[in-house]
Formats: sequence, C-alpha cells, structure tokens
Amino acid sequence: MIIIGIETSCDETAVAVLEGTGDLSPSGLNLRSNIIASQVKLHRQFGGVVPEVASRKHVETIIPVIEKALDKAGVTLPDITAVSATYGPGLVGAVLVGLSAAKALAVALNIPFIGVNHIEAHMYANFLEHPHLRPPFVCLVVSGGHSDLIYLRDYGDYEVLGRTRDDAAGEAFDKVARALGLDYPGGPAIDEVSKGGNPSAVRFPRAFLEAGSYDFSFSGLKTSVVNYLAKAQSGGEEISVPDIAASFQEAVVDVLVDKTLKAASKKHTPIVALAGGVAANSRLRQELYLRAQERGVDVKYPSPILCTDNAAMVTCVGYFQLLLKGSSPLDLPASPSLSLE
Amino acid sequence: MFVIKTFSPEETRRIGELTGRLLTPGDVIGLIGYLGAGKTVFTQGIAKGMNIKGNITSPTFTLIHEHMGRIPLYHVDVYRLTTPADIETIGIEDYLYGDGVVVLEWADQVLSILPDERLDITIRHPDGEDDNVREIIIKPYGQKYEHMIKELSSIACRGD
Repeated sequence: MIIIGIETSCDETAVAVLEGTGDLSPSGLNLRSNIIASQVKLHRQFGGVVPEVASRKHVETIIPVIEKALDKAGVTLPDITAVSATYGPGLVGAVLVGLSAAKALAVALNIPFIGVNHIEAHMYANFLEHPHLRPPFVCLVVSGGHSDLIYLRDYGDYEVLGRTRDDAAGEAFDKVARALGLDYPGGPAIDEVSKGGNPSAVRFPRAFLEAGSYDFSFSGLKTSVVNYLAKAQSGGEEISVPDIAASFQEAVVDVLVDKTLKAASKKHTPIVALAGGVAANSRLRQELYLRAQERGVDVKYPSPILCTDNAAMVTCVGYFQLLLKGSSPLDLPASPSLSLE
Repeated sequence: MFVIKTFSPEETRRIGELTGRLLTPGDVIGLIGYLGAGKTVFTQGIAKGMNIKGNITSPTFTLIHEHMGRIPLYHVDVYRLTTPADIETIGIEDYLYGDGVVVLEWADQVLSILPDERLDITIRHPDGEDDNVREIIIKPYGQKYEHMIKELSSIACRGD
C-alpha cells in the first residue's frame, strides 16, 4: 500500500509518501518521502501567521511539493493506493487548499480519499519513529493552537482528558516571546535563549486548577510575565531576558509534565508520548524524561521535524484509518474547529 | 462613558457576565487592552451572561471561535492581523452585520472596519496598583449602546 498525505492547516505546505504492508501495526511502515515547504520566513515580518497570505502561498506551492514528494519517494501517481489530507482543525482557507488538492487526486486517480484530524496526526508521528509503540498510552499534544492531554486507548479510539481553558501552550510561548522582544516563532526562540538563563530566577505562577483536573491554563502565567516586565520597566530595573524566558518556560514545563504523568498514573499506562510543535522544546523533553524515569514511565517523542507540522503524520493516520474505517466522503468539508471526540 | 475598577480576574469576569446579559443579536463589542489585560477573561464572562456553555479559549490561532447559545457569540481575535485589509479577508463583515453578538479582541488595530455603533471596552492595569487590579472603561457609540451602559451601570452599582 502506498499512501500520499497532504497537510496545509497552518503555515507549512507539506506532502509525504508512506508505504505500508497492510497490517494494523506500525512495524512495517516505511516513510518514503516527507517534504515540507515552510512559510515561517514569510510570516516572520508579521509576527505570526496571516491567514490570507498563508492560503495564497499554499496554492502556489502545493503542486510542486506534491511532485517533489512523489519524486523523492520514487513513485508515480498510478502507484498510489489512497490519498489523505488534514481537514481540521486549522485556518479554514489554508486547510481548504490541501483538502481540495487531495480530493482532486482521489477523483482523478479513482482511489480512496481519507480526511485526517490534525491533532490525531500529531500523535501518530510517534508511530513513524517508534515502530514498537502500541496503544494504549497517554499523549500530550502541545502546539501553537492546541494543548490537549489525550488517552489513546486504541487506534482511532480516544479520550480527551484535558485541554486548555484559555491560551494554548505554544501561543503563550509566542506572546511572551513578543513581549520579551524575541523572534517569531516564539517557541524555539525561548528554548534557545533560556539555555543561558536561570529557570529559578523568577517564580512565575503555575496554574494547576482544581484537584483532579487535567485542563491547562496559561493566560495567567502570560499576564504575570507581562506584569513583571512592566514593573521592572517602570522601576528602571534592568531585566535579564534569558532569566525571564527560562523562568517562564520552567512554569509551562512544570505544569505540562505534572499533568501528563498524573494522567498516565490515572490510566495505569507505563507509556507517555509527546506530540506537536512544543514537543520539540528541549526543556520539556528533558524534564518529562527525568520525572517519568523516577516513576518507571517510558517517554516517546518524535524527532523535531515530525513534531512541527508535517504530512508524514497525516499519511500515518490515513493508513490506519483506511484499514479500520475505510475512506471518507468526498464532500467532507474543512472543519476549522474540529475536535477529537 | 462608564468606568469601573475590579480587583481580581473573577470580578472582571463578573462585569463581563453582567454585560453579556444585556446583549442582543447584532451587537458588537470591541475589546482593547495589552497582553494579559483580561480580554479573554472578560469574554468568558460575556459568554456566561449569554448562557453559553463550554470553554471560551483564546481564538488567536484560528481567529474566530463560534459559540452557539440563545444568541450566537462570535469571538474574534485580530492579534495577528494588523491592517484592516488583513482582517477583511477573513470575512469579518458577515459576522459584524450578522445575527449574533461579535466580541472582537485587539479592536484598536482595526477600528476603521468596525461599525459606527458599538461598545468599546478598554481594560488596563493602572500604574502602581496591585497586579490583579484592572480599570475597565466602557464607551458607547450610538443610542442603543448608551442605553445599554446606563442599565449596566445601575446593575453593576446595585451589585446583583
């Protein structure tokens, strides 16, 4: 089986080709190509993604990226078994570009089309790099638009244990980075500058919310950093950007790690996985690994290239979904606020 | 104009809730305030006042969140859009002149595309005050909204 996948939910135009044996297991999967055309440079001047600019860029880029992915995989269109694409959540104009391209391919080649949930795809990036990983496990999906703690009971069977009540983790990184005068995207910028800072310099608040809750809240933390900066500024105090960045990052990581491990213990699973752009954060990986080890919990995460938006993860969901549930209808609409349950 | 001071996020949310109870289809609220001022907190209150269930999270990433209730609430965040031309491309007019209530965060970035009649709400942290103190400045444009803030100020002062 050869599955092509398309991802255009935000600012990356991505296409990948995956080969599978047809078994319901990640063991025989072989990622043949994974092409990502990033728009980060384009959006950096705006300090974030501008939807209309993103959509237009996707339109210009999608065909060349499809061609490149096929070429790199050493396959041609008639070799493709099925085509998968993200249909949400994401920016509606951006999602539509990849979704329409996928449907067009499905019709032209007379092959199945599979609509993929972007959050589910992030989790499945783990299967591509850990062929022995099997459900059930707890997965923390953290990115610019999402902070979800999910129990992956089986392929295609999920329970959302918690989600953000205000800002997504990556959004907090972006906004605090902007307040600190750092570059977009904020996640990598804070990760980098924090390496030279003291994470205990400022004790920013951690929002654990009510006991037993797996939800997140990062808005209060963001406010606290902004207040700290304003006070320092009006008092003429000199601030250390590395110290504040590291202290902010520590507060985010602390809550993410704590809730993820509590969720693993509630679900009696010895495995937790990370996914999404923020999963590339070095401090989060390190801290989760250390604290999980103390409890005998195994931690999996994808390499950075499969954490940020990519289409390899879309092909992976496409593969399992085709085997389990079959194809999606061709009138499947783009769904900007699609949820997992 | 009506100015009210709150001493905690809960109080800010409460003022939002009282405002939310007075809203009717077609109403537009522009929220203005720096990062962390409490715009999303205020919107959470509005949603409660409109009897909308579910989490009100920041729409920064997807720009518009639609919440269905007695009246639909369209929660818009133009943080990442700095020019009116950018925001027009997301089809904002359909919402502004539609059947629901529009709450638009970072309204000061796109004033020229907002309807002449609306309620502008500025939330700020007064210099030198405790971290949780906020000054909420509610400014009506048009007769309908002038009536609304008269009612709001009487309810808010009664404290029920």
